[in-house]
Amino acid sequence: MRRIILMAALIAAQPLLADSNLPPAYWSNRQLPDPKQEAQAEALMEQLRCLVCQGQSIADSDAELAGDMRDLVRRRIAAGQKPAEIRGWLIQRYGTWISYKPTSEPAAWPLWLAPLALLLIGVWLIGRRIKLKARA
Amino acid sequence: MIAEAGLAALWLAAGLAALQFLFMFVEVRRNAALARPMRSIAVVQGVLTIVAFAMLLIVFARSDMSVKLVFENSSAVKPFVYKVAGAWGNHEGSMLMWVTILSAAGAFVALFSRRTSERTLVAALGAQAALALGFYAFLLIASNPFARLWPAPIDGQGMNPLLQDPGLAFHPPTLYLGYVGLSVAFSLAVGALLTGEVDSRLARAMRPWVLGAWILLTLGITAGSYWAYYELGWGGYWFWDPVENASLMPWLAATALLHSINVLAARGALKAWTMMLAVIAFSMSMVGTFLVRSGILTSVHAFAIDPQRGTFLLALLAIYVGAAFVLFAWRGATLKEGAPFELVSRESGLVVNNLLLTVVLGVVFVGTLYPLFVEAVSGEKLSVGAPYFNAVAGPLALILAALVGIGPLLAWRREGRPVLRQLQVPALVGVVALVITIIIAPTMHILPRLGFTVGIYLLGASILPLVRRNPLRAPLATWGMVLAHFGIAVALLGMAANAAFTSERLAVAQPGEILNVGPWQVQLQDVTPTAGKNWTAVEAELHATRGAGIVTLKPQSRYFTDPPTETSESAIQTFWNGQLYTVIGKPDPSGGWQLRLWWKPFVTLIWAGGALIALGGALAMLGRLWRLRRRREAGAEWRKARYA
Amino acid sequence: MSRAIRFAPLVLFLLVVAALVWRLAIPPDTNVHSTLEGRAVPTFSLAGAVPTKAGLASTDLATGQPHLLNIFASWCVPCVGEVKVLQQLKSQGVVIDGIAVRDRPEDLTDFLARNGDPYERIGSDLQSQVQIDLGSSGVPESFVIDGKGVIRYQHIGAIEPQDVSLILSKLEQAR
Repeated sequence: MRRIILMAALIAAQPLLADSNLPPAYWSNRQLPDPKQEAQAEALMEQLRCLVCQGQSIADSDAELAGDMRDLVRRRIAAGQKPAEIRGWLIQRYGTWISYKPTSEPAAWPLWLAPLALLLIGVWLIGRRIKLKARA
Repeated sequence: MIAEAGLAALWLAAGLAALQFLFMFVEVRRNAALARPMRSIAVVQGVLTIVAFAMLLIVFARSDMSVKLVFENSSAVKPFVYKVAGAWGNHEGSMLMWVTILSAAGAFVALFSRRTSERTLVAALGAQAALALGFYAFLLIASNPFARLWPAPIDGQGMNPLLQDPGLAFHPPTLYLGYVGLSVAFSLAVGALLTGEVDSRLARAMRPWVLGAWILLTLGITAGSYWAYYELGWGGYWFWDPVENASLMPWLAATALLHSINVLAARGALKAWTMMLAVIAFSMSMVGTFLVRSGILTSVHAFAIDPQRGTFLLALLAIYVGAAFVLFAWRGATLKEGAPFELVSRESGLVVNNLLLTVVLGVVFVGTLYPLFVEAVSGEKLSVGAPYFNAVAGPLALILAALVGIGPLLAWRREGRPVLRQLQVPALVGVVALVITIIIAPTMHILPRLGFTVGIYLLGASILPLVRRNPLRAPLATWGMVLAHFGIAVALLGMAANAAFTSERLAVAQPGEILNVGPWQVQLQDVTPTAGKNWTAVEAELHATRGAGIVTLKPQSRYFTDPPTETSESAIQTFWNGQLYTVIGKPDPSGGWQLRLWWKPFVTLIWAGGALIALGGALAMLGRLWRLRRRREAGAEWRKARYA
Repeated sequence: MSRAIRFAPLVLFLLVVAALVWRLAIPPDTNVHSTLEGRAVPTFSLAGAVPTKAGLASTDLATGQPHLLNIFASWCVPCVGEVKVLQQLKSQGVVIDGIAVRDRPEDLTDFLARNGDPYERIGSDLQSQVQIDLGSSGVPESFVIDGKGVIRYQHIGAIEPQDVSLILSKLEQAR
């Protein structure tokens, strides 16, 4: 039962044991002065997976490492890097797992084909139920 | 004594379920008149499980620490409400709740169902008993909620303070009632497939159960979304987390089932599809329960991670759903469909509705399980999250919402009138809304922009069924449908407003400093330490104004010691046109404090819409039950007059 | 209704169950692995984390002999127990360099005084930048780096006594 309690505690909380004594990085909870850049940074943050969380993006995680990654994203966007470059840099180090936005690799194709396939199969199945030709 | 009584009741109920299941075989094969005893057995089984669950509630209410479950999940100092809610805030208790609802639902069907033939009813009750049997076995063999502890400890291990929240206490029962309500639809479908009596009478028997389960699922999901919104501290309300998807999938299936049942009830058509959908809906409930408890998917929400329990649940899932699909494959050929539908008719509209809902369901299912499949096949790890689901489900949902305006206006069999002409005004208003969004927010993302367009259009279009007739003479069921569809528009507008117009301010503020967010000026007055029953906190006092009057908000950052956790308690103020959402973060070396501020215009429409949808469903259910009662009374009176 | 349509749901369901059975039998590995195995250590240069020791740069890891790079912190609970194992490795001739993540000099000095100091050099990574650059996702983690500065092996979590022989063999292979 302890496990249930511990698991539930992770829903909205951060275990204090895993926290350092240093404050968060400068840009982890501050917005960039340029709103366009900030919007770019936030869009990217929502697509990057938090490394120490149970299935969250770094955009809304309280974990320290997530904060450091937000700092990294903001600094690089402020320096002029494109979001795709930053995502690629991180994928080089952690694999495609870190990107919530499915990449264009073959392993991700079924994800995009699935809705299409489902629609087509559905249309074919209902094609026999609906009279498409006008009444003679 | 109480615990033993509960356990005894559970064993008896299990025995009766076994008997019920056996009787089903006898009845279906020999067509013997076993209906009356079958009904009685089902009712007694239901009563016994209610007794067992009541016993569990009593031992929790009394904080009887000699019961192991109470010791592990409760303590004497908890508030009474949470003592009782603790009964189902754990694995064994929630499984007992599940089985209680299963057999109580069976009892209800046995008591009140008069629409189906006796044969089909017996088959359905047998199927329901079969469902319950698996869970009885699980409980009695592997998860006994009434196990004793000797010697009895003085006090319990307590319940995590995070779970002592009204939303979190009542969220599970609402959802369970929904999941298990779908079991009745499943059992009726299985029963009808066995006896071959799939017709409009069956649909009318299933409808109240599907409607009731669907209403509860809508409420459960809406409440869960709002809880996540105010508790997690970042202003999000849906994350496409696997556990969230596990609750969304049965809802999508139930919504589709609700609509296809209408076709089966009104025209006796879509037999095979409706039966398949009834099986799928409950299957999704079981898949969801399995995913959440087995630990095979990473999730913020996952609880009770135990592969052993996962194995048992997977076995039950495989047996029940597998058997239902085998039954469908075997008996499906006996379901004869009628003539094809006219292109412009209510039947076709409902078919397209089902198509889109099922595609969304399929997409959510595939997306949730895809990382697992890929890893099984190639060992590669990839992540599927909000970017994928939003990109695919979003447009499909918008198309569906647009069609929601048209469907209810179509007549059964064949719509001869020019329906699109009726929609001219709502469509025009929608286009005007689109133009306005282009003018005031040229850089808005396309999805929220279309959300506004379709939402405004649907606000008008959903009311049309009442407008073209005398609203006071329209049946209550029609009011319900209109309200539910209107609620969809409301929720859609809330989501669009949240996506397009949320203002965010993340900054470090010194005491006395003023931050701007949207039209608000928010001043940090002071940050003071404070404490509660089992927590300490730092509390910020914020004064916010947007011209007239000052509003005070006090967000906190709380620290619990057992186990050591940190939570943020956001301070939210609701206004007629939005919510001011404030969070205090960590202290900054410069002496200031991190603040996270959001101004979210019209965000409450999201959950208000959800509530309206559920309310619409409730009206529809009330309307149909009322009509049923009046019809039965009229029938009784007619018979009295005829044969007097 | 054709037989294909009638049996399709069952077939699809069996595939899903098969995948779920597989996942139950082989529990997921929740560790996030770095993809840099086989590639050169990224260029970095960190200041010293404690006054008494030199900092760490990527050039210090390409000196001709294999190094064990240990990513740790004084606030990391499993790191306390790991120090003993690292001492054992050091006594067998392993050169251990450390990167202290998000640590203050005083906390680190305390930590080393209390638990022991197996490190040649310790770099200070105040904002997890080098940790991210290496593809590491938590503390403690260790990397076996060969004489040319190429990462050969990543060990996630504290090195336990039973992992010692594996680490030693990886270091041997890295020669």
